Amino acid sequence: MIYRENGQFKTSYLADQQIFTIAQDKWFVLGLIAFAAIGVPLLADEYLFRAVLIPFLVLSLAALGVNLLVGYCGQITLGAGAFMAIGAYAAYNFMVRIDGMPLILAMLLGGVAAAGFGILFGIPSLRVRGLYLAVATLAAQFLCDWAFLRIGWFTNNSSSGSVSVAKLEAFGWMIDSPAEKYLFCLAFVVVFALLAKNLTRAAIGRQWMAIRDMDVAAEVIGIRPMYAKLSAFAVSSFVVGVAGALWGFVHLGSWEPAAFSVDRSFQLLFMVIIGGMGSIMGSFFGAAFIVVLPIFLNQFLPFLGSLVGVTVSTAGISHAEFIIFGSLIIFFLIVEPHGLARLWSIAKQKLRLWPFPH
Amino acid sequence: MGFFIETMLGGLMTGMLYALVALGFVLIFKASGVFNFAQGAMVLVAALAMARFSEWANAALGGDSLFLANVIGIIGAGVVMFIVAWGVERFVLRKLVNQEGATLLMVTLGIAYVLEGLGQTFFGSEIYSINVGMPKDPVIMFEGLIEGGVMINKEDFIAAALAAVLVGGLTIFFQKTAIGRALRAVADDHQAAQSVGIPLNKTWVIVWCVAGLVALVAGIIWGSKMGVQFSLVTVALRALPVVILGGLTSVPGAIVGGLIIGVGEKLSEVYIGPMVGGGIEIWFAYVMALIVLLFRPQGLFGEKIINRV
Amino acid sequence: MKFRSLALAAAIASVGLSSAVFTPAAHAQAQDQFFPVLVYRTGAYAANGNPWANGYVDYLKFINSQGGINGVKLSFEECEFGYATDRGVECYERLKGKNATLFQSLSTGVTFALTDKAAVDKIPLITAGYGRSESQDGSVFAWNFPLLGSYWVGADVAIQHIGQQEGGLDKLKGKKIALVYHDSPFGKEPIPVLQERAKLHGFDLQLLPVAHPGVEQKATWLQIRRDRPDHVLLWGWGVMNSTAIKEAQATGYPREKMLGIWWAGAEPDVKDVGAGAKGYSALALQHGAEPNSKVVKDILAALHDKGQGTGPKEEVGSVLYMRGLISAMLGVEGVRQAQERYGKGKVMTGEQVRWGLENLNLDQAKLDGMGFAGVMRPVQTSCTDHMGSSWVRVHTWDGSKWGFTSDWYQADDKVLRPMVLEAASKYAAEKNIQRRTAEQCAQ
Repeated sequence: MIYRENGQFKTSYLADQQIFTIAQDKWFVLGLIAFAAIGVPLLADEYLFRAVLIPFLVLSLAALGVNLLVGYCGQITLGAGAFMAIGAYAAYNFMVRIDGMPLILAMLLGGVAAAGFGILFGIPSLRVRGLYLAVATLAAQFLCDWAFLRIGWFTNNSSSGSVSVAKLEAFGWMIDSPAEKYLFCLAFVVVFALLAKNLTRAAIGRQWMAIRDMDVAAEVIGIRPMYAKLSAFAVSSFVVGVAGALWGFVHLGSWEPAAFSVDRSFQLLFMVIIGGMGSIMGSFFGAAFIVVLPIFLNQFLPFLGSLVGVTVSTAGISHAEFIIFGSLIIFFLIVEPHGLARLWSIAKQKLRLWPFPH
Repeated sequence: MGFFIETMLGGLMTGMLYALVALGFVLIFKASGVFNFAQGAMVLVAALAMARFSEWANAALGGDSLFLANVIGIIGAGVVMFIVAWGVERFVLRKLVNQEGATLLMVTLGIAYVLEGLGQTFFGSEIYSINVGMPKDPVIMFEGLIEGGVMINKEDFIAAALAAVLVGGLTIFFQKTAIGRALRAVADDHQAAQSVGIPLNKTWVIVWCVAGLVALVAGIIWGSKMGVQFSLVTVALRALPVVILGGLTSVPGAIVGGLIIGVGEKLSEVYIGPMVGGGIEIWFAYVMALIVLLFRPQGLFGEKIINRV
Repeated sequence: MKFRSLALAAAIASVGLSSAVFTPAAHAQAQDQFFPVLVYRTGAYAANGNPWANGYVDYLKFINSQGGINGVKLSFEECEFGYATDRGVECYERLKGKNATLFQSLSTGVTFALTDKAAVDKIPLITAGYGRSESQDGSVFAWNFPLLGSYWVGADVAIQHIGQQEGGLDKLKGKKIALVYHDSPFGKEPIPVLQERAKLHGFDLQLLPVAHPGVEQKATWLQIRRDRPDHVLLWGWGVMNSTAIKEAQATGYPREKMLGIWWAGAEPDVKDVGAGAKGYSALALQHGAEPNSKVVKDILAALHDKGQGTGPKEEVGSVLYMRGLISAMLGVEGVRQAQERYGKGKVMTGEQVRWGLENLNLDQAKLDGMGFAGVMRPVQTSCTDHMGSSWVRVHTWDGSKWGFTSDWYQADDKVLRPMVLEAASKYAAEKNIQRRTAEQCAQ
């Protein structure tokens, strides 16, 4: 009823090539961004910002980067945590070693450093594919874990290997309060999501998708696999690296290599698969699922227990959290193997027809 | 010289144990095309079940017969692994026939979470010990031949021998028995296998059971070596380069890969490690696997990957 | 059909999500002194995290059973973080909204992450026996309290003990000491002090990192077998400790030559090695296993005999249980001290509790009165010294229980103090912090 595109005519190619061809979609997304930028800072409290929203935003940005590689170019990676770490430590070094380095530039340079290593570790993808590649990228992960622990130069010779950043400032704006940090992250996420969306619609994105669907066929029609694959690695690592810098600078404030361990890599891959491979929206769904659900379960289960008059032990809750989390992953994948984003688009499809079933 | 041999031996023994975990990956991948990330969780659950059942049995028997308690423990753990296999097939795999690899991989991660949660809920999250009477102290051999002799760990030796027997048995099972052939057929093509009358569901239960038993053996050996606790799941991460190096579809590959990785990582840690600050063995194993992959993208023994348009 | 059930599930889930996520700060209790408890009862370090948490919670319950702190009841809430830094930070954010009195993170990684946040939120951070060593300097680290001892104290005493075994620190010349450490900020903390001491006494220091979680140490112990160091320092946590002792046994390294940090000297570390760990020693952060102390007997009578205890009864009085208990006691005493100044029987704020912790003066008579006779020595903190005490003993596993085998040691301030000041100044410069002056301290 409400969601219907009757009467929306496209009279030019430009209109037909917009990101959101349906007006309702466009208004919905714009409204969402406006709400996120204006409404949320008014409504949310400090806990929500620090513990839920900021991690969610940063990890969705990272998941977005991983999705470019895994979902659009079909190269499974388990080394995303390493690229986050490279982004964070590189940005840290730029900040510490160069006086007067602007924060945003340092973060972007961190992303560039990550992109460089992304190309390096992407080289095996020219020979190796599928699960073999996934495990090969773990080499990057463990190598980086080790390097940041062992090589003192990266951490500015801090004896414990843990580094921390001083005050954050961009364009004379002190990023202090949780709401400001949230807005800072939001700005990054919105810009990168838009860039990513356009990138995937452009020639290079279509090349990636051709490689993903069938690389031999893509080669036959004139796509250079080396260029396509390595560019996917570079762009993906860049986004992941910037997300890593945000994670370290904005969310944690001080961090050690364990913040970017192999668990983080797995987590990011989960987000992409659960959210939906090859979907920008899916990265956000996936991040929401993986970040928010455990926190929710952790708080909801004691509440549920008290409703039925049982006090559940902390260990019991955390075990139950594992079980429910795992079961939900299985449940969603059985219902929709292509991820939450697919469910979203099915829902939209249904809404367009509603209330008429056919 | 003696030290070099010791390091080699240590590597070989560790490699054999890695191979045992790797075997679980290979079995399931061969028979269902699923890369089973829950293998580590299965090792944990199997070891926890074994440790706790034998502990309870020991208490019930009044501590008279450790042997009997262990037998009860192993049987109990075997039953648990059967239930796991049946549950996985009934509630998960059956509904996901013919899905893509990434989806199936993700599902096994979900299974891993469920198993970790259930295992710790039923069996507890402390450290438990498995006592199957493994000798703990080392012996020094060949003192006449090499200065200082060569130190050998009997426990490692027994463990490696057990692993070797298991691997031999599984190879025969896969190559020579009717069930083994059925499993390979299912792995090649679900539909074709079904159309010649191989029951898909039953086959899957069988292969997950076998993988569960392999996990049990791995769990008992690792558990007796290091105590049974949550960190057992991380053993799976050490076994990944082994699978990749040997090839995802090859049982002998898991063994050879295990030995190569085991020796390689110990030698690198001992000889190269001190030069760069140590702690290099994990990534060294992965880099070794990576280098092999650059020359043989399907691993040393994997079936050749053929691309068709 | 399939879609409808799913849409329903999604709707319910999202309603649930939003309701739960918005609730936490809603019910803050004002009349109770709220103690957040960060714990890990699952995951790789659960075996060690459990007894600590049980001891901590038991002591809070025990204080309540005695009528609270001057009548103020304690409330507490556990938050499971599984030794993961980001989950720990989430717990902190969640619980601080409920008027948290103080935090004890029980993880070096979380301590590093919280050091900046705690100062902003004005909540003291007690890290009894862990955390960052330079935070002893309270004039820079105003909100950190590494009470009882830091890792630098541990490293210093470890060398003193080894020196005594060798017959004097000067006998260390030319000896070889290997440090087997958890490859994380926790494991790397002692290295600067050990290097300093190595220069001072001329011994060789060999560094052997072990990757998390520490289940694969064969190569490490092969190196030890080759190089035959005279002593091995074990700086591990969780499963790494028992694995190390097992590997020592498997490579024939004498356990008598091994000395662990206080986090590598508890029952879960040696229990399943049993006789194989006989002769293994570890530092004791003042206390060891104290099943016969008065406070333990009181707790057994007040809680466990009535079925209100936390965790199994056999565990009460074990090393890590005592560590948790004493950590809780220090926090409680900080509140009690704060009440002396800001009003007895009132609920204290984080800032007030900080004053209490900074002016803690637990002399022997007070400790004995609380039932800690023979368990620990006096603790006295000040604005510049947030540690309060650096007494350490050594205890040894005899195959079935821990027993003390050394006299009391005290860390050598001549070595440590300059290092603490230097590291703290470096931190202050990095963060633009002004050292607190004497007047500011007095406030």
